[in-house]
Amino acid sequence: MTTHENVVEVRELRKIYGHFAAVDGIDFDIHRGETFALLGPNGAGKSTTIEILEGYRDRTSGDARVLGVDPGRGGLDWKARLGIVLQSSGESGNVTVIEQLRHFAALYPNPRDVDEVIAAVGLQEKAGTLIRKLSGGQRRRVDVAVGIVGRPELLFLDEPTTGFDPEARRSFWDLIRTLQSEGTTILLTTHYLDEAAQLGDRAGVIAGGRMVDLAPIGELGGADARTPLVRWREAGEQREQRTDAPGALVAALIDRLGPEPDALEVIRPSLEDVYLDLIGRETSTSDDAEPTTTETEVAR
Amino acid sequence: MSATTSTTPAPRTTSHAVGSSILRAIRLGGLRIGYEVRAYFRQGDTVFFTFLFPVVMLTIFSVSFSQASFGQTVDGDDVSAAWFYLPAMLAAGLLLSGVQNLAIDIALEKSDGTLKRLAGSPLPVVSYFIGKLGQSFVTGLAQAAVLLALGFTVFGVPLPEEPQNWLVFAWVFVLGVVTSAILGIALSAVPRSGKSATAVVIPITLVLQFISGVYLAFSNLPDWLQNFASVFPLKWMAQGMRSVFLPEELVILEPNESWELPGVALVLGLWLVVGLVLARLTFRWIRKDS
Ligand SMILES: Nc1ncnc2c1ncn2[C@@H]1O[C@H](COP(=O)(O)OP(=O)(O)OP(=O)(O)O)[C@@H](O)[C@H]1O
Ligand SMILES: [Mg+2]
Repeated sequence: MTTHENVVEVRELRKIYGHFAAVDGIDFDIHRGETFALLGPNGAGKSTTIEILEGYRDRTSGDARVLGVDPGRGGLDWKARLGIVLQSSGESGNVTVIEQLRHFAALYPNPRDVDEVIAAVGLQEKAGTLIRKLSGGQRRRVDVAVGIVGRPELLFLDEPTTGFDPEARRSFWDLIRTLQSEGTTILLTTHYLDEAAQLGDRAGVIAGGRMVDLAPIGELGGADARTPLVRWREAGEQREQRTDAPGALVAALIDRLGPEPDALEVIRPSLEDVYLDLIGRETSTSDDAEPTTTETEVAR
Repeated sequence: MSATTSTTPAPRTTSHAVGSSILRAIRLGGLRIGYEVRAYFRQGDTVFFTFLFPVVMLTIFSVSFSQASFGQTVDGDDVSAAWFYLPAMLAAGLLLSGVQNLAIDIALEKSDGTLKRLAGSPLPVVSYFIGKLGQSFVTGLAQAAVLLALGFTVFGVPLPEEPQNWLVFAWVFVLGVVTSAILGIALSAVPRSGKSATAVVIPITLVLQFISGVYLAFSNLPDWLQNFASVFPLKWMAQGMRSVFLPEELVILEPNESWELPGVALVLGLWLVVGLVLARLTFRWIRKDS
C-alpha cells in the first residue's frame, strides 16, 4: 500500500467491442475519501469504464482493483460496500418510493435511515407514490436514494443529476458534501462542469477512450491553461498572447496602437474553456489522418 | 433538506460483512416475496392475462355449454360444463402463474434494468428465486381460491368431501406450482428482449393448454397427440386435478382408465429437476457486454 490508500486502481484498462476500442488503455487511481470526476464527451467511454469497475462488464485487457478486489469477481460482501447509480434505469416502478427504499435498505448490513434518505433527496411528499407515477427528475432522485441507502464506502454516480431542476441540483451537491464529510469515496461522471468543479477533488478527462488529462480540477489543462489570454487584431492579423499581467499588456498595446486597439479582448478561461480546449486538441489530433470537417463541408 | 443524512462516522469503520449466507438468503427471500406479490397486483395486464384468465375461461365455458353433459355420475346426475372445466382451469392456473407469469416477468426485468440494479446489490440470486417462487405460489393460491369459490357458489360444482381428495389437491398444487415456477425461470432465458417475451412465451403455454386437456377433453384427442402431450407437465397437472374434482366414475375416460397419481408425481418431479438444472445453468442477472 502506498501513502494514499487507493480505493480504485485502474491500469492500462481496455475494452474492445468488435474492432472498436471503447476504452483504450487508461490509468487512474482514486484515493480513499476522494471524489474523482470522469469527464468527457458523449461516447468517450465513461460509462464503459464505470461499469467495468462495478462488475457489470468484463474488460478486454488491463487491470482493475476496486476496494482491493477484481471487479469481475466481486462477491456479495464486496457489493455490500458499493453504491451504484447507473446512467439509466427504466424499471416498471410498481412499488412506492418508501417501499423501494425500505426494500433496498434491508439488503445491506448497515443501511442509512430510510426517512432521512428520502428527505435528503427531497421526496418526502412523494414517499407513498408509485415510482412509475413520478416525474423523470423525481425518478432520478429515487435512483440516487437507492444508491446511497446502503451506506456505501465507494459510490459510483454516472450522470446522477440528469433531469434535475437547478434547485434539486444544489441540494444534491449538499447531499454529496455530507457524504464526503463522512468519508465516502466517490466516482462521478457528469457533463456539468460546474458540478465537477463543485464536487470533485481530481478529474480525469477522457476522449475516444483515452485519458487526455488527469489533475486536480483547478489544474486541468496544465499551468498555462488558466493564464489570461489577450487577443487583438494588428495589421489585419489575429494576435493573441497569454500573460499573468493582462493590464500591462493592454497598456503597452494602447501605447503602440492607439487608444482603441482593434478587436481587443481579455479572456480568463473558465473550466469549460479549458475542458473544450482539451477535448478540441484530442479531436484535432485524431482527425489529422482525414480531411478536416471544414474542408469536406466546403467541398460539398 | 439535504444535510439530514445520518451523522455516523466514516463508512470505512462500519462492518460490511453480510453474514451467514443461508439464513440471510432465506430471510431476504421472504422480503422479496412480499415485494414481488405487491408489485404483481399493481400491474394491470398480468393480473388480467395470468390471474383472471382461467376465471374468465371457466365462466365462458360454463355459460356457453350450460346445456351440455360431460358424463354421468352413478346417481345419474349430469356432469356440467363447470364441473368438467373446473379442474382443467385449476391446472391452467398453475401453468400461467408459474411458467407464463415468470418467464415474461423475468425477461422484462432483464431488459428494463431491474435485474441490473439487483445485480449491483448484495442480494443473493437464491433470494431472488425464492421471491419469484413465492409470488407464483401466493398468486396461484389466490387464483385457485377464486376458481373454487366461483365454481362452487355460482356454477354449483360439488366439491369433494373426502380429506383424502384435498390432500391430493394440496400436493398436486404445491408440486405443480413449484415445478411451473422453476420452468418459468428457466424459460425466461429464451426471449432475447423484453419486447419479444410475450411472443415467445404465450404460444408455448397456449399450445400446451390445447393439447393437454385443458380446453379440449383429453380423451377426444388422437393417441399420438396424447402421447406427445404426456411428455409435458401440464397434462399431468390436469390429470391430478381431475382425480380430485371429477366423480370417480369418469376415470374410464382417462388414458389407462386410471388417474395415475404416481405418474403425476414422477413426471412433475422430473420436470422440477430439469427446470432446476436449466435455471441454474442459464440464469444470469444481466447479459454482460450486451
Ligand atoms: N455494448 C456495446 N457494444 C458496442 N459498442 C458499445 C457498447 N457499449 C458502448 N459502446 C460504445 O462505446 C463507446 C463508449 O460508450 P460509453 O457509454 O462508455 O460512453 P460515455 O462516455 O458514457 O458517453 P455518454 O456521455 O453519452 O454517456 C461508444 O462509442 C459506444 O457506442
Ligand atoms: Mg455514459
